[in-house]
Amino acid sequence: MCLGVPAKVIKTDEEWAWVDVNRVHLKINSSLVEGVRPGDYVIVHAGFAIQKLSPQEGESTLELFRQIVESEQK
Amino acid sequence: MNQQEEKTKALIYCVKCLGGRLKENINFMEVCGTHTVAIYRAGIKQILCKKTRLISGPGCPVCVTPNEFVDKAVWYALQPKTVVATFGDMFKVPGSESSLAEAQAKGGQIQLVYSPLEAVGLAEKHPDLKVVFLGIGFETTAPLVAYAVLSARKSNLHNFLILSGHKTVPEALEKIAANPLLNLHGLILPGHVSCIIGRRPYDFLAQQYHIPGVISGFEPEDILESLCMLFKQINEGRCEVESQYRRAVPEAGNQKALEIIQEVFTRRDLEWRGLGVIPGSGLALREKYSNWDAEVVFPARINKPRQHRGCICGAVISGLKEPEECSLFGQTCRPEHPVGPCMVSSEGACGTHYLYQARGGFYED
Repeated sequence: MCLGVPAKVIKTDEEWAWVDVNRVHLKINSSLVEGVRPGDYVIVHAGFAIQKLSPQEGESTLELFRQIVESEQK
Repeated sequence: MNQQEEKTKALIYCVKCLGGRLKENINFMEVCGTHTVAIYRAGIKQILCKKTRLISGPGCPVCVTPNEFVDKAVWYALQPKTVVATFGDMFKVPGSESSLAEAQAKGGQIQLVYSPLEAVGLAEKHPDLKVVFLGIGFETTAPLVAYAVLSARKSNLHNFLILSGHKTVPEALEKIAANPLLNLHGLILPGHVSCIIGRRPYDFLAQQYHIPGVISGFEPEDILESLCMLFKQINEGRCEVESQYRRAVPEAGNQKALEIIQEVFTRRDLEWRGLGVIPGSGLALREKYSNWDAEVVFPARINKPRQHRGCICGAVISGLKEPEECSLFGQTCRPEHPVGPCMVSSEGACGTHYLYQARGGFYED
């Protein structure tokens, strides 16, 4: 039930945002998230944006893999 | 091989390596029902070594909703000039006597909605009807329902009512963590609840109960990485609450959403199926919003709830039994004819196990 889908914000108008979820366009309420702007990615749950996605995270996997391969080689 | 496939392969390798280094058998619980589904769908259980057992937890809101709540919903649906508006998940959940689906067959009025704001719209459109919205779900959903109450107040709408069964996750985790029968060595913590509450409310799990935890995203790669993080903590003798889902979970959560929950709801003791009454784990509408509280304005009159004979959903939800240990599983209790809520919900432990592992004829490769 706590299903959330990532979506790209296309446009905003006060408390509403139009988002793209796999090419399906939805009108959602964005008033629970501070400063939603076109181009942002948000998580959508039951017609609301519940959080912004930050793009810069995601390098940790490679780091983890490097550590494990190194420790296997010891 | 593209970059994504390489990453997945690397993670599978890491899970196997780190899992192989475990010195003893361990039990992890994935708290959230959406994680349960993702784990089955991606075949993650098949990757894990025999030392690691994954247990499904209480994070399926439909599953932990007791019969009493369903009975009330059914009662509302059968009242004249009343419509029950609900997320689709609740529709087929059996109560003591009937599910909402059966109530609809008897003439009850039920409207499935995707968002609580649709229920507000329904009340606006039909001023002659009472619209009772079933507030189920955890911290992920509670702020949206709180917003719906505020917007009903703003439009001076008094035929929109909430039957609140909202629950909060950390309180239930405390009950789970304190149960010595479970012997948990790690928790995969819910990602979208954490979008709202942040990472900090789980710290007590590591500090008081010495159970490490990792907040996880929902892609198969997210879950594999979370498993690696838990294995690493165990192998290194650490015990912390970490977040793998940092792209969506700020340390302090979503302040705006937390404020709106705080504005509209107050804490109360609430019954969870399988876990009993957990102090402070429920959210009820504050007195100043009692005009929108179905239980105050229009209380349901129901008989004492009855349990389903032979159903062990309670033990499944609390992680004490596996779905296949239930004598009804796959026999009288099947997705098309569910006896208990864990078989109804698309993210219930029994329904998911049935679909992907036990007798999932349609999904076999």
